[in-house]
Amino acid sequence: MNIFKRKVKKTVLVCCGTGCLANNSFEIYKGLKKKIEDLAVNVKVRPVVKATGCNGLCEKGPIVTILPDDVFYCGVKVTDVDEIVENTVLNNKVIERLLYFDSAKGKKVRSHKQSEFYRKQLKIALRNIGQIDPGNIDDYIERGGYSALRKVLFKMSPKGVISEVERSGLRGRGGAGFPAGLKWRQCAEMDNFPKYVVCNGDEGDPGAFMDRSIMEGDPHSILEGILIGAYAVGSEKGFIYIRDEYSLAIKNMTKAIEKAAERGFLGQNIMGKGFSFDIEIVRGGGAFVCGESTALMASIEGRVGEPRIKYIHSTEKGLWGQPTVLNNVETWANIPVIINKGAGWFSRIGSKGSRGTKVFSLVGKVRNTGLIEVPMGITLREIIFDIGGGIIGSGKFKAVQTGGPSGGCIPESLLGLGVDFDSLNEVGAMMGSGGMIVMDENTCMVEVARYYLKFLSEESCGKCIPCREGIKRMLEILEDMCTGKGREEDIELLLEISETVKEASLCGLGKTAPNPVITTIKYFRDEYLAHIKDRRCPAGICRELTVYYIDRDVCRGCGLCRKGCPTEAISGEIGSRFTIDTSKCIKCGSCKEICRLNAVKVLGGAAE
Amino acid sequence: MFYTKTILNKYPKEQRYLLAVLQDIQKKYNYLPRGALIMVQEYFDVPLSKLYSMATFYKALSLKPKGKYIIRVCDGTACHIRGSALIIDEIHRLLNILPGDTTEDGNFSLETVNCLGSCALAPVMVINDKYYGNVTPALVRRILKEYGGVNCEHIQEKG
Ligand SMILES: Cc1cc2nc3c(=O)[nH]c(=O)nc-3n(C[C@H](O)[C@H](O)[C@H](O)COP(=O)(O)O)c2cc1C
Ligand code: SF4
Ligand code: SF4
Ligand code: FES
Ligand code: FES
Repeated sequence: MNIFKRKVKKTVLVCCGTGCLANNSFEIYKGLKKKIEDLAVNVKVRPVVKATGCNGLCEKGPIVTILPDDVFYCGVKVTDVDEIVENTVLNNKVIERLLYFDSAKGKKVRSHKQSEFYRKQLKIALRNIGQIDPGNIDDYIERGGYSALRKVLFKMSPKGVISEVERSGLRGRGGAGFPAGLKWRQCAEMDNFPKYVVCNGDEGDPGAFMDRSIMEGDPHSILEGILIGAYAVGSEKGFIYIRDEYSLAIKNMTKAIEKAAERGFLGQNIMGKGFSFDIEIVRGGGAFVCGESTALMASIEGRVGEPRIKYIHSTEKGLWGQPTVLNNVETWANIPVIINKGAGWFSRIGSKGSRGTKVFSLVGKVRNTGLIEVPMGITLREIIFDIGGGIIGSGKFKAVQTGGPSGGCIPESLLGLGVDFDSLNEVGAMMGSGGMIVMDENTCMVEVARYYLKFLSEESCGKCIPCREGIKRMLEILEDMCTGKGREEDIELLLEISETVKEASLCGLGKTAPNPVITTIKYFRDEYLAHIKDRRCPAGICRELTVYYIDRDVCRGCGLCRKGCPTEAISGEIGSRFTIDTSKCIKCGSCKEICRLNAVKVLGGAAE
Repeated sequence: MFYTKTILNKYPKEQRYLLAVLQDIQKKYNYLPRGALIMVQEYFDVPLSKLYSMATFYKALSLKPKGKYIIRVCDGTACHIRGSALIIDEIHRLLNILPGDTTEDGNFSLETVNCLGSCALAPVMVINDKYYGNVTPALVRRILKEYGGVNCEHIQEKG
């Protein structure tokens, strides 16, 4: 066996993140593994196939990487398995067809590292994702894992750790950007025990999945971060709160905890240095408000997750009334790197008030969707056009939404903005947890505001009247607008209610709920006016205000649109002109997407 | 109620395990049967009203039985702007259920979720554990047919 092992020259990495799994990557993984095992009988090559976490380029998945040559294949199919093994693994031949096409460069590249998508990124929190098998602790250790914990236990005092984190300038990645070191210091100064450390893996933002990917793809980096934090503040017990839907994250974190305990990184007297620590996973119940720190703690205690007033910090009285430090998944994953490379190294990355990098889930109408990690201060334009590769199809950029329901929509004129906590706040948006949703001209900004308010009205815990009733009233107004019943005074009314809800709500949910409305009014008032005055939806999204029709001058009668129509609303003879029966049309837009000649048009304003 | 007993026996009688127990029961039955709730009440010695308030607060918990196939349509932002509302509409048209409902024959339940982490494939839909990406109304019809969707017989494939 050992002879074979020494001959292992290649490693085949198969992305088994959620995105790729949805595209059958597990079958590919099994196929590759089997093929290679079968061959091992007479061929003395035994590459290791690993299931890794998300690579970030999910759109192009499933992704297979072959190391050490760093050949990067995307869009792999089960039927490609044999060819990959025979050509690339055994004979070093690259399969042109499977290489990644870098649209920024206009050509295929052999390694993903040569593409624009990766070139502008800097991976700290995502350093291991896609490179290691999350189920294998040795993979993590090989890449320097648990050396920061060792360094802390053997060489640093708890106070030293805290000042290192303080000097790094790390701010919490869960949304508000509170300095992590300061939070730790506050907790460390309390002298009642026990103390708790908590990892917030609730990730309730619709359209965000970075915490999930870290938990799935590199669970040990989070554990190591938490261990270091626990040592610094003097805690012996931690909790990781993970939303229940994230079953793979729960599975991988659970396994990581077991393995770390087996190796003596968790439990009694860790590395013989007298520090003991235990950690437990708590499954969230699927309520957005439970991501809020005080609600989350209530939920861990087995109660309904309602926020409480925060004049007493959780660092003083948190879980069960004891001093508690709560940080976000990505915050924790940064810690081991800061300890290993030093506060100086970390603080040189990023912008003045926001050090380091931020992970974003770049999604929506952008070409390269996926997870990205960039230095703070990088401009929106670089993110969307260089890394993201620009807008899908022929669409034109309209806005980018950051910060989820607490955030706002940023228009084209601000694309030069350097992204960090403070700059986003200044334009009325927010960093939030890192969802970045790109919108093009086919997105209706009024409807987007309606969407977030709908979400928030369902998620408000209902404890404060301004939040419960105010959001609902705002939602009703927006619903009216989207169905052509808007009145001119409504815009001012929306802004007025926004003020009250912001001022008078107790927790962050209510306080930030009006942001999507305020920013869309601020930057896209025209669209509101079109809905109200002209009863027209310029984007063709609000159905009552939209009519689809086929331009008879352009249509050549190919009939493609008819095939795509789910309601048989389109009729016509092949070769002649086609028409849409508006009474049957559900305005799904399939026909518009399918038509190669652009003959399907949207008529805004036909409601009159 | 044998399973409920087994579940309860795994957890100490401390309030903090309440949510976990309810989630386990939910997983087993796809909802929280009243009989099970009464057992939980006795085990933890908490008022039944508290269990009901948990059951209505947390989305993962349900007091209504769920169907054999649970259709979850992602309505996270990425999916929303790529047309998840049309998917929900189409399911409504075909099965005559809205999010939160179950078909009368108990075959399908429809739910919306906030993000399945596959935004690149938006819009995304999951039936039990199987993922479907880049879903269109036409694809919904085909998929539901595979699962024997109730009202699908009268809808013909065009081609
Ligand atoms: C309504 C609401 C939902 C939140 N959801 C999350 C969440 O899902 N994940 C998260 O890390 N933080 C969330 N936060 C922020 C947390 O309250 C808290 O500030 C954060 O987890 C602290 O960690 P950090 O300092 O490392 O960012 C939410 C806040 C509010 C008000
Ligand atoms: S602001 Fe809204 S979500 Fe927050 S405590 Fe008040 S009612 Fe609940
Ligand atoms: S918009 Fe949809 S329903 Fe209407 S004609 Fe086109 S394909 Fe058919
Ligand atoms: S899941 Fe494979 S690249 Fe994202
Ligand atoms: S928003 Fe639907 S998968 Fe993320």
